[in-house]
Amino acid sequence: MKFQDLTIQEMRQKLLAGELTSVELTKACLERIEATDSQLNAFITVCEDESLAAAEQADQQIAAGKSALLTGIPVAVKDIFNTLDVRTTCGSKILDNYVSPYDATAIAKLREQGAIIVGKLNMDEFAMGSSNENSAAGAVHNPWDTERVPGGSSGGSAAAVAAGQVVAALGTDTGGSVRQPASHCGVVGLKPTYGRVSRYGVVAFASSLAQVGPVAGNVEDCALMLNVVAGYDPADSTSVDCPVPDYLENLNAGVAGKKIGLPREYFIAGLDPEIKQAVDAAIETYRQLGAEIVEVSLPHTDYSVACYYLIAMAEASSNLARYDGVRFGKRQDPGDGLIGMYQQTRSAGFGDEVKRRIMLGTYALSSGYYDAYYLKAQKVRTLIRQDFLKVFEEVDLLLTPVAPTPAFKIGEMVDDPLQMYLSDIFTIPTNLAGTCAMSFPCGFSDKGLPIGLQLIGKPFAEAEMLQAAYAFEQATDWNQRVPEL
Amino acid sequence: MKITEKDVEHVARLARLHLAPADLKVMTSQMDAMLGYVDKLNELDTDGVEPMAHAVPMSNAFREDEIGMPIGIERALQNAPESDGSCFRVPKVIE
Repeated sequence: MKFQDLTIQEMRQKLLAGELTSVELTKACLERIEATDSQLNAFITVCEDESLAAAEQADQQIAAGKSALLTGIPVAVKDIFNTLDVRTTCGSKILDNYVSPYDATAIAKLREQGAIIVGKLNMDEFAMGSSNENSAAGAVHNPWDTERVPGGSSGGSAAAVAAGQVVAALGTDTGGSVRQPASHCGVVGLKPTYGRVSRYGVVAFASSLAQVGPVAGNVEDCALMLNVVAGYDPADSTSVDCPVPDYLENLNAGVAGKKIGLPREYFIAGLDPEIKQAVDAAIETYRQLGAEIVEVSLPHTDYSVACYYLIAMAEASSNLARYDGVRFGKRQDPGDGLIGMYQQTRSAGFGDEVKRRIMLGTYALSSGYYDAYYLKAQKVRTLIRQDFLKVFEEVDLLLTPVAPTPAFKIGEMVDDPLQMYLSDIFTIPTNLAGTCAMSFPCGFSDKGLPIGLQLIGKPFAEAEMLQAAYAFEQATDWNQRVPEL
Repeated sequence: MKITEKDVEHVARLARLHLAPADLKVMTSQMDAMLGYVDKLNELDTDGVEPMAHAVPMSNAFREDEIGMPIGIERALQNAPESDGSCFRVPKVIE
């Protein structure tokens, strides 16, 4: 049996039964990365020595009868997480030589549970992108068709899990950056409710929108990963201090009697017919599983892309002011003083998409335009959140497509940034509203490309959402298919 | 046009970015397209709507003012392009 066919739970059982060691598992994982990553480019950094040393320790712990949720299991994380003494580039030239002086809270939690961190995954620069083409480390290729994008910005995370390089990964989701690549790569990806997971040590892009999210091969492993990272953290003042349930408990509760809403604004003319067909079939599956399906309305959906990009870009322009060649990163000094050093450092270090967003964000926050753009967007955000709160008085969950089309070809959209932004229409509203959502496989296109289904849950109702996703996964076999590599 | 090349040059100065003349043209047209698009927010009447700065209702998160365990000077300076003892070094600010 190949290790990439195992789930986290199966790996755990084999490790605890002594049928497999963490060193064997970690070596197999490193070999799989070595064998496949020339085709995918999913990894920016592979931590071979560190992970083998950690695996030896894990084996000792297991032998001593001590084990936690992920003891000895190799995983990988998006290169946006500060990881002690490991390079953290965030996909940017400006952080090319940055070595983290501390662990992000999510990384510390993975380590507490015994996970082996085998490497750092490719991503759009500073998490800005929907295709993983905006990376200083080069584009990531979709394991199902290497001429296509894996989605973004956590493209490396989704591609690595889909290709069996690692059993699970962490990404971040600011406007769909976990869910959309999970959809394009045929894996499970979850964006928790804002405040559910600490953002401490996660390189900041748009602080009021981003959440850390797990990517895994199935719903159960995704729930387990959420168990590991969820919870209040005093180091992140936006994390919320409310109890975290065990997401694995009652995973098989089913959906009988649940009310699932279909927001009519998400089933629009531009939706690819193959996606529509797959989503319609999923709706039928839920009906057969005993859920009640009702049509609902989120009337401000059409304004979400404009609202989101104004807010995200404004926050980005502020967050990215710290890259000035003083405390970290590569300095470019033309010798004409401090301002010249700032300008040259930033101009040489940031890629085009990042510059575009900093420019638009700076404009939206600048004197004379603040009210017209940024303040207006914040007010529209309130209307969008109210849409969700209102609809959740009627239904338990919402069901929608994840992306309007399957994965597109590398290079197809790079010259039209606005068109690329518009493809985020189904994932963005939940980040604005702050609620939880997830993507999991519900079909394949004629060309063999995965199609994802999105469930959106009430704030802090991840458990209910995972139960509904699990019920679907048990009733179908979409997640059994794996790409050939 | 929502925005001119002169405006874009001004914003670039504020953002501490330098744009080459060819880049300035492309940036102006892309920013113009985006600003044209976001104009659709003006279709909505938002009079009396509270602006929302965060995804969950949240006020200031206070904590006790206690001494913590910072990462230390050596760690804090390890990524600095230029440092001197316990300080970051920058090019001369005042002539």
